[in-house]
Amino acid sequence: MTSDDTAHNEGTSANRQAATLELRGITKRYPGADEAAIDNLSLEVAAGEICVLVGPSGCGKTTAMRLVNRMIEPTSGDILVNGVSIIDRKPSELRREIGYAIQQIGLFPHQTIAENIATVPKLLGWEKKRIVARVDELMDLIGLEAAMARRYPGQLSGGQRQRVGVARALAADPPLMLMDEPFGAIDPINRERLQNEFLRLQGEIRKTIVFVTHDIDEAIKMGDRIAVLRKGGILAQYATPAELLMAPADAFVEDFVGADRALKRLALQRVRDIELWDAPTVRVGDPMAEARERAMASPIRHALLVDDDGRPVSWLGDTDLTGDRVVHHDGRVTMVELDDILRDALADLLQGQVMFGVVTDHGGRVAGVLSVEVISEFLTHQTAGHIDEAPAPAERLA
Amino acid sequence: MLTLSQVVIRDRTNDTSCVARDGFCPDWIRDHIGDYMSPLLRHLELTVASVVAGFAIAFALALLAHRRRWLTGPITGVTGVMYTIPSLALFAILLPITGFGFVTGVVALTSYNLLVIFRNIMAGLDNVPEAAKDAASGMGMTDRQRLWRVELPLAIPEIVAGVRVATTTTVGLAALAFVAGAGGLGQKIIEAQNFKSNIVTASVLCILLAAVLDLLILFGERTALPWRRATSS
Repeated sequence: MTSDDTAHNEGTSANRQAATLELRGITKRYPGADEAAIDNLSLEVAAGEICVLVGPSGCGKTTAMRLVNRMIEPTSGDILVNGVSIIDRKPSELRREIGYAIQQIGLFPHQTIAENIATVPKLLGWEKKRIVARVDELMDLIGLEAAMARRYPGQLSGGQRQRVGVARALAADPPLMLMDEPFGAIDPINRERLQNEFLRLQGEIRKTIVFVTHDIDEAIKMGDRIAVLRKGGILAQYATPAELLMAPADAFVEDFVGADRALKRLALQRVRDIELWDAPTVRVGDPMAEARERAMASPIRHALLVDDDGRPVSWLGDTDLTGDRVVHHDGRVTMVELDDILRDALADLLQGQVMFGVVTDHGGRVAGVLSVEVISEFLTHQTAGHIDEAPAPAERLA
Repeated sequence: MLTLSQVVIRDRTNDTSCVARDGFCPDWIRDHIGDYMSPLLRHLELTVASVVAGFAIAFALALLAHRRRWLTGPITGVTGVMYTIPSLALFAILLPITGFGFVTGVVALTSYNLLVIFRNIMAGLDNVPEAAKDAASGMGMTDRQRLWRVELPLAIPEIVAGVRVATTTTVGLAALAFVAGAGGLGQKIIEAQNFKSNIVTASVLCILLAAVLDLLILFGERTALPWRRATSS
C-alpha cells in the first residue's frame, strides 16, 4: 500500500496511532476567584491508555479535561499532544483532532443519527462516500442497526443516544479522546453494560482517553491510570487502580477510595494471581488409605475425585471414603477458572454456598482449590509489591 | 369624495332595496366580489413585503445582538418604542419623508414587525440546549459554523412562531395603510363604511388572508423540519 492509500483510508479501517498527552504545570485561575481551579497540575498519559480524572465535585476534573482541547484556556503551563505544544494551535482545528463526548451528549436534535456522527468528518471536508462508509462502520461498531441512521436523536433511548455520542466522538478516528462522565446520565444497569461495551471497544481501538468521572468505582473499572484530584485542582495521587487501592497516598485519597477498597481490589485480579491450595485429587481405583491420607492432610478435609483427563467429578467426604479402593461417585462441584476475575470467583462461591471452588485451567483440568479463606488471606496480606500484574481494563471484562 | 364612491357602488347594484338599506346582501357580494381582488392582492403585497423586510432587519439585528450581548437591551428598547407608536401617527410622520403610497405603508408596517421577530429570534437562540452548543464547539465548529449549523436551525420553531404572529398582526394593521395611500382592503372598507355588505366582504377577506398565510407558514415549517415531526409523534 502506498502512503497515499494510507492517508486516504485512515479513519475508515486502520486505526490512527494513539497520541501521548502531557500536562505540564498547568494552572487555571479564574478572575476574581481566590483559589485556583487547577493548581500546578502535571501528568502524563501514555499512548493508548485511559487516564481517569476523578474527585469530588469542584475539584476541577472537568476543567482539567477541557483544557486539553482548549475549551478552557490555562492561565499558565503547557499541554503537549505527541510531544507538541497545543497552545499555538487554532482551537477549532485542534478540536477536530480530539474526540469529544460529554455527559449531556449534546446530539443535534435537528440532524439524523448519520448526520450527527458525520459532524467532524464534514468539518474536515471528507468526501461524501468516505463519510457514508465511516458512518456505516461506526453504527456497526456501536451495535446499532443501519436503519437507525435515518432516525433523529429524539427517537432513540438514552442508552442508544449515549452510544451515538461515543460514535460521533470517534468519527474522525481521533488519536486522543476526551470523555466527561459519558455514562453519567444512564441508569446503573445500562451504565454497566455501556462501560463493558466501551472497554471492549477500547480493546480494539486503543485510543488515548481522558475520562472524567466522580464515581471511584467507575474510575477503577475504566482506568489504566487514575488521577485523584482534590478541591482546588490539586493532584492528590496519580496511579494505577491497584496502586490506588493498595497504597493510597494520603488520608484524602484513602477516604475517597472508600472503606471497601479491599473488596474493590478483587475486581482487579484474576484467580491465577493468588496462591491457591493444592487439590487433594484422587481417581477411581486409587487405594482408599492413600485417598484418606490425602484428604486429611488438606485443610479441606475432603478428597477431590477427578476423571481420567483430570477434570473434577465430585468431592469425597468422610462417609464416601470407605472400602478398599475409591469408587465412582456422582456429585456437584463449584468450578471457577484460572482466568476468572477474583470478584466473580468469590461471587460464584457465595452463590453456590460453598467454601471451596475447584479451579480449572483452559482444558478443564484441576489446577487448584480456591477458598473463601484464600481470598481473605489475599486481602489482608497482599502488599503493593504484587500489583503490576493487574490486567488492563479491557482485559478485565468477564 | 367618499360620498361619490358610495354612490358609484350603489349605482352598480340591481337589488336596490337591500343595498339602499346598507344591508348585508349576498347577491350583491356575489356580483361584486371581483372588485375586491385587486385590493386583496395589494393587501397581500403589503403584508408579505413588510414581513419579509421586517424579518430581514430583525434577523440582522439578532445576529448582531448574538455577537454583542449588550446590544440586546438597546435593540429591544428601540424596536419596542417603534411598536408603541400609533399606526395612524406613524403614517402621518412618514408621509413627508417617503411620500403618499405603497412604500410608506411598507415602511410603517415593517417597523411594527421588528420587535416581535427580533425577540423570537433571540429567544430561539437562547433556548438552544447548552449541551448541543458545547458539543458543537468541542468538536471543532467555529462560532460561525455553530451559529448556522446548530443554533439557527434549532431556533427555527421559535423564529417561525414570531413570523406567524407578525404576519397575522400585519394583515390587521395593513387595513389602515390606505391612510398612507398604500391601498389594500382598508381602502375598500373606508369607501363605503356604512355599507354592511362591503364591510363584511372586506373584513372576511382580511381574516381569510391572515388565516391562509398563517396555515401556509405552519405547513412550510412542518415540511421543512422533519425532526420536529419525528420527535413530537
